[in-house]
Amino acid sequence: MSLKTFHDVPCPFCSLLCDDLVIGNRNGVLTVKKNGCHKAIRGFEPSRPDASPLIKGKKATLAEAIGGMVAILRKASQPLITGLGTDVNGLRSAIQLAERTGAIIDHMHSAGMMRNLRVLQDHGWIMTTLAEIKNRADLIIFAGTDGTGNFPRFFERAIWHKDALFNKKTGQREIIYIGEKLDTRAGKSPSGRLPVVLECRQEQIGEIISTLHALAVGNIIRTASVAGIRISELERLAEKLKQAAYGVLVWAPGELDFPHAELTVRAFCELIKYLNRVTRFAGFSLGGNDGGASAANVCAWQSGYPLRVSYGKGYPEYDPYKYSARNALRRKEVDAMVWISSFIADTKPPKARIPTIVLSTPTTALDFRPDVFIPTGTPGLDHRGQLFRTDGVVSLPLKQVVESRYPSVADILNQVLASLPAG
Amino acid sequence: MLIKLAGGIVYDPVHGIKGEKRDIYILDGKITRQPAADAKIHRTYNVHGKIVMAGAIDIHTHIGGGKVNIARMMLPEDHRDTPVRKTPATRAGCGHAAPTTMTTGYRYAEMGYTACFEPAMLPVNARQAHMEMADIPIVDKGAYALLGNDDFFLRMLTSGREQGVISDYVGWIINATQAIGIKVVNPGGINAFKFNQRRLDLDEVNRFYNVTPRQILITLARAVRELGIPHPLHVHGCNLGVPGNVDTTLDTIRAVEGMPLHLTHIQFHSYGTEGDRGFSSGAARIAEAVNANPNISIDVGQVMFGQTVTASGDTMLQYAGHWYAHPNKWVIMDIECEAGCGIVPFRYRDKNYVNALQWAIGLELFLLVNDPWRIFLTTDHPNGAPFTSYPHLIRLLMDRSFRNDMLATINSQAAAASILGSLDREYTLYEIAIMTRAAPARSLGLKNRGHLGAGACADITVYNDHRNRQKMFAEPIYVFKDGELVAQNGKIVKEVIGGTHTLRPEYDKTIELSLKKYFDRYLTVKLGNFKVQGDEIADAGRGRIIVQPCQ
Repeated sequence: MSLKTFHDVPCPFCSLLCDDLVIGNRNGVLTVKKNGCHKAIRGFEPSRPDASPLIKGKKATLAEAIGGMVAILRKASQPLITGLGTDVNGLRSAIQLAERTGAIIDHMHSAGMMRNLRVLQDHGWIMTTLAEIKNRADLIIFAGTDGTGNFPRFFERAIWHKDALFNKKTGQREIIYIGEKLDTRAGKSPSGRLPVVLECRQEQIGEIISTLHALAVGNIIRTASVAGIRISELERLAEKLKQAAYGVLVWAPGELDFPHAELTVRAFCELIKYLNRVTRFAGFSLGGNDGGASAANVCAWQSGYPLRVSYGKGYPEYDPYKYSARNALRRKEVDAMVWISSFIADTKPPKARIPTIVLSTPTTALDFRPDVFIPTGTPGLDHRGQLFRTDGVVSLPLKQVVESRYPSVADILNQVLASLPAG
Repeated sequence: MLIKLAGGIVYDPVHGIKGEKRDIYILDGKITRQPAADAKIHRTYNVHGKIVMAGAIDIHTHIGGGKVNIARMMLPEDHRDTPVRKTPATRAGCGHAAPTTMTTGYRYAEMGYTACFEPAMLPVNARQAHMEMADIPIVDKGAYALLGNDDFFLRMLTSGREQGVISDYVGWIINATQAIGIKVVNPGGINAFKFNQRRLDLDEVNRFYNVTPRQILITLARAVRELGIPHPLHVHGCNLGVPGNVDTTLDTIRAVEGMPLHLTHIQFHSYGTEGDRGFSSGAARIAEAVNANPNISIDVGQVMFGQTVTASGDTMLQYAGHWYAHPNKWVIMDIECEAGCGIVPFRYRDKNYVNALQWAIGLELFLLVNDPWRIFLTTDHPNGAPFTSYPHLIRLLMDRSFRNDMLATINSQAAAASILGSLDREYTLYEIAIMTRAAPARSLGLKNRGHLGAGACADITVYNDHRNRQKMFAEPIYVFKDGELVAQNGKIVKEVIGGTHTLRPEYDKTIELSLKKYFDRYLTVKLGNFKVQGDEIADAGRGRIIVQPCQ
């Protein structure tokens, strides 16, 4: 029996990247001993089967599977490389592979991320990071997200902790929710203070935010209510926003899942920018899980654009509509697909009638038979790596906590690159 | 492998060689003495009549890290018209003001640059900066860690901790972030902006900490000296871009009482308030102070006309400048109780009075500062202009009639308000070699760089002695990096991997005890995970660490 304990382990299973986990390894079986949320437990603890590479469902060696992958990519005139659930080195290799093969490249969660990126590209924003919220924020709006579902430890780490450098009365933080079907329980302070909740449909959040903006400016609104919320209540809230010393508006672009939600994100950013004329206020976006935040960053520094890039002409071209994985598949513009997902098992590659290569965690249950399947190691469990946090500023070194049977995504793709002609 | 560059006209200021015909020999990546007569020379490059210098070094260029990458993401229009196709030797990319990492490396190397220094690495963002720099091929890299707005430092300063402990912290930061220098940006001002202060002059107090920029500057300058960090404290001063800031800059020079200080992009800090427009050149006063104070070095941050993007840690003044964003989109970020960043796209217009005068002020500074060992050629890429404008800038400095032709095209009131037309000085090739090679290497403490003596790394650039200096410096005939031919006639022929210059100053490691407590209590990453380990940079051959000696 051998028991190893790893401290300060960064958790790669959501983009908060909590790095205070204690992980026990008893003969290769992992246990989250401290500071794990349900996502961490689900990510670290399941025992992993002895998965083998498969070619059309038949067991193959890694070399054979890589050979199969090379054969598909050599034949393809424009592949799609997507999923992109991997770490920085995996992304570097994936982008190089896209460049080499003239592929379109996109991330599985880019629909949400693009809602933000389009606002960045049209308007810009004022944003903050986790430690600033933790130490400064005195008023926090959750717009269209409760901040808990996908990011279980957000409240614990950034809001209801005891110590703060400046805003010492963390328990008195004002919490406001705007949106639909939000679980607002976490917004109750340790002393029992309840949050303000403005219930409306997700599509109506933008209206409420724009009304708050107009009221903050001092405009008079001649209607009794907006999106079911009384104007008098919004007037009080607008005044609170201006009185806040350091307000934060939190949203999760992936949870604003309705047409043209980028306009709602833009309304957030416009309100925040306006409030900074009188006080300090900033946005914070929760998103970019499964390596999404890393993908947008690495893709930006290597290609100049944050995802949805085509290398079809030998140089990067960006089109947030045409080069989304979904549209590329729908419009039949790609003739092979590489799906990468090395963090959690329950991501699902899209099904397409083109040769498909799946690089994913060994426990992935697929409901179709890909042409090539290669089980990969998970960054932060099976191998070291680097990953970006949701704020896009902090990146952390991932640890290896278990002896791995599986190659990393970067290892696999680098072998593929070595077998493809250069130039 | 022994290589000979035969018959070139050599400019090597470190050895006082001013345009003398010399042969240069390269053995295994290093410059070597003339070998014995019977030694076999594997390759000879005939460079008779060509100009030979060490590879150029950019001491201040924003090439990697969070704010650069936000600029990339924010500006697809910066990239669309500048596609760079992949070749068998090189990777694809794009970009004008905010080029991709690969394109950045290629363009620098094509111009004969072999080392570039990122001047504003936030410690908490150091990992990203190094990851991006790892993807900048060919050139060597290095970075200055940003301090002076971080709450850990300000808490120590306000509670009266002794200088030695603060220096330990600075030493720890250099080690933990793999930096080669320390930079301060708007000392205390980025922090004050988080408390909603909108201006902070040299002797104004940060309202929360009750400390002034002057105290911050002096404390950090002392720390840099005590730790033996070769490059002086790299200062982006108070009041960037504010008319009248020339007085602040002069006060800053006086404040350090003879301690070494590097004032960066000083053009943006050399503005007076004279004239009908309330905006005038302070270049003459600044140059006089620089000439009189040998402890001061500067880089200019020259403005060039056209579209670019400004990217700075100075959230306070980037916010104030957002009204001039072009196109009208901009980003401000508060970051992790350390600092922040602001990204504001901007178009400098030659017919605009202020922009035209900014251009003239930069050139006045170049021409009025006497000692090329203490003034470095920068555009504060991309803030004043993209680094690809360096050859044009060199021509402006070396060719008076060209300069006056350009002066005749700018806003006429600005031209009239500037003394530029009366300045006859033309930089010599020797002076250019000092300010772009020898001096930055000396200032940064780079061993074996910036010169062509035996033992130096064979980072060498060979130019045609073209009368048009812009052409000459845009397309060197040969560029060697560590002895390998990487570019020929302005085109990359081979990609190599550059190193990352770092320091390992000594400090009392017990500082980690209080740091660990602080991290656990207030920050959101663990101390051990915050540190960038050397093997992250070396990362399977993607880079290598070069440790430079402390003084």
